[in-house]
Amino acid sequence: MKLILIFISAAIVNNYVLIQFLGICPFVGVSKKISPSLSMGMATTFVMTLAASVSWLINYYILVGLHLEFLRIVSFILVIASLVQLVEMFVRKVSKPLYDALGIYLPLITTNCAILGVALFLVIKEYNFIESVVFGFSAGAGFTMAIVIMAGIREQLDLADVPEYFKGAPITMIVAGCLALAFMGFAGLI
Amino acid sequence: MAKEKVSLFAEFVKGLWKENPVLVMLLGLCPTLAVTNSAINGLSMGLAVIFTLVCSSTLISLVRKIIPKEVRIPTFIIVIATFVTVTDLTLAAFFPDISKSLGPFVPLIVVNCIVLGRQEAFASKNPVHRAIIDALGMSIGFTLTLIILGSIRELLGSGTIFSFQIMPASFQPWMVMGLPPGAFLTLGLMIGIFNWISSKRKC
Repeated sequence: MKLILIFISAAIVNNYVLIQFLGICPFVGVSKKISPSLSMGMATTFVMTLAASVSWLINYYILVGLHLEFLRIVSFILVIASLVQLVEMFVRKVSKPLYDALGIYLPLITTNCAILGVALFLVIKEYNFIESVVFGFSAGAGFTMAIVIMAGIREQLDLADVPEYFKGAPITMIVAGCLALAFMGFAGLI
Repeated sequence: MAKEKVSLFAEFVKGLWKENPVLVMLLGLCPTLAVTNSAINGLSMGLAVIFTLVCSSTLISLVRKIIPKEVRIPTFIIVIATFVTVTDLTLAAFFPDISKSLGPFVPLIVVNCIVLGRQEAFASKNPVHRAIIDALGMSIGFTLTLIILGSIRELLGSGTIFSFQIMPASFQPWMVMGLPPGAFLTLGLMIGIFNWISSKRKC
């Protein structure tokens, strides 16, 4: 039951992009068309789940065990960067089509603050291992949902008559504001 | 000599307006949106970024000739992460209230694209004094944007700026400005207005 609550909370009520403001850069940058944003979302979810489990292990067995908590930021960012590199090599070796679909997005994920955000939130919320993995996955699912919805809206937005100075980033922000307003409706669900 | 002085000044000013990291280059949007529910939060986030960016730019610029090209990105990240840790622990020790209200966004300066972007684009290619000026300009531009955004949201969301009452007591606060949607809306309008002013100035 707690796992379901974590899923709903991380994916919908506290949506990573629209409510917590993590991962805004890819959200604005990659959300022009639906299919690349879906790939981006899937790649992010995959890395997020992995990063959540690995950083949980590192935090509890190495950092807390050796009283090295002050190294948390440095070690998490290193773990994430090497994990992304590893995933990239693995995917290229194992599945060529998947690599072609995710390829260019994988390196971008390293600097996606949502991933480091997940790792840091795990520590703050004191989740156990299983909860952490579920939390990472659901945060990724929420990210995917937000970016795909946004891409759908932006495809329509291309046809709309937007004032000249508001084309591009400004109108995207305003649309995201409306989306965030809609997501606020979920607040208090749990 | 005179020429260098002018260009140093230009180096500083470009971060404030022409290449403003938030409004023009759309970098570092996450902290921009997340911490600007009040002007004071915006200011403290800005100060944290100024410290981190200036320190890392200085260090990277000093060692730029010994860093092998292949491992430059990991090197930048480690240097940045070190200074961010310093900032985070300092805030937690001396200003626990601020540290609490900024939450995980202080550690997240590590992945703030402004900081990494300046190392890659500027500090790793330029001498120390220029790197420091550039870092100062960029981070002050970032801070100013954050303060303006924070002030607008605080003024409309609770009728105060830096906790000073501005609006008359009869003012009905716009709840939404303090919440996430208000951040997106205000930043969208700010970028739009900024584009409009810039294009007017060019003509």
